[in-house]
Amino acid sequence: MRKEFWILLIVAVAVALFLSPFASPYPDGLERVAADKGFLEKGEGPGLVQSPIPDYAFPGIENERVATAVAGLVGTVLTFGVMYGIAVLIKKGQVNREQAIQQTRESGQG
Amino acid sequence: MHIPDGFLDPKTFGTAWVLGGTAVGFAVAKTKKHLGERQIPFMGVMAAFIFAAQMVNFPIAGGTSGHLLGAVLAAVMLGPWTASIIMATILALQAFIFFDGGVTALGANILNMAVIAPFAGYWTYQVLQRLLPGRVGTLVGTFAGSWVSVVMAALACAVELAFSGMAPWGVVLPAMLSWHVLIGIGEGVITTAIVSYVTQVRPDLVYETAKA
Repeated sequence: MRKEFWILLIVAVAVALFLSPFASPYPDGLERVAADKGFLEKGEGPGLVQSPIPDYAFPGIENERVATAVAGLVGTVLTFGVMYGIAVLIKKGQVNREQAIQQTRESGQG
Repeated sequence: MHIPDGFLDPKTFGTAWVLGGTAVGFAVAKTKKHLGERQIPFMGVMAAFIFAAQMVNFPIAGGTSGHLLGAVLAAVMLGPWTASIIMATILALQAFIFFDGGVTALGANILNMAVIAPFAGYWTYQVLQRLLPGRVGTLVGTFAGSWVSVVMAALACAVELAFSGMAPWGVVLPAMLSWHVLIGIGEGVITTAIVSYVTQVRPDLVYETAKA
C-alpha cells in the first residue's frame, strides 16, 4: 500500500481514538425528531441481532471514553479490512470476466 | 440518521430493501468495470475514515447533534458508484456490529445514505462544476453537493417514516428537514475542507472530475 494511504489510515484511526470519545452526546437529527414527535420508544427494542459492540462502547471497559475509543479503533480497522476485502473480490470478478472473454475469443478462433 | 428497527413497517422497509439492494448491485457491476488496482486500498482507507468520522457527533443547535455522512466525500474522491459501495459496507457493519441502525431498516438506510445521498450530492456537484470554472467549481460544488446529500437523505428518511405511519407527513417532513438543513452545513464545511486539502496535495488521487 502506498505511503499516502497509510497516512490516511493513521488519520482515520486517530479520529476514532482521540475525537470520538469527545463527540457530542446530544441526540442526532432523527433521534431528536423521534423524541419530539413521540415515536422514539418504538425504536428502542432489543434488536434482531446480538451486536458484539453495541452503541460504540467496547464491552467490559468501565471508563466510557476508553470504551468508545477502543470501539472506534476496532471499528475503523475492521471497516478498512472488510472494505479492502470486498474491493479485492470486485477486482477479482473483473479479472475473471476478462479471462472468460479472452478464452471465448481464443476458442472461437481455434 | 440511522433508522433503528421498529420505526418502519414491513411494506416500507421491504420496498426500501428492494430499491437499495438493486442500486447497490448495480453499483458493484459499474465499479467492476473500471476499478483500478490503486483504488482497492483507497476504498479501504476511505471507508475507515468515514466510519471514524461518523462517530464524531458535533453539536448544532438546541441540544441536537449531527455527524459527517461522508457520501459526497467518497463520491468526489472515488466516483458515485464506488461511494455507494463504501457507504453500504459501512452501514452494514454499523447495523450488525455496533447496533447503529436496524437490521430490517438496513435497506432503507442504504437507500437513503448509500444511494440517494451520494447521487443527489454528486449530481449537484457536477452541475456546479459546469457552471463555475476550475477549482472554484470543485469547491462550491462539493459544499453544495454535501448539503444536498444530507437534506435529500433526511427527506427520504422522513418519507419512509410517514409511509410507516410513525408521524403525519406534515409533521415529520418539516421536522426532519429543519434539523438537517443545519447538519448539512456541517457536512459541507468538513467535506469541502478535506477535498480542498487533498486536491492541493495529491490531485492524482482524486476522481477525474475534481480540479486542483
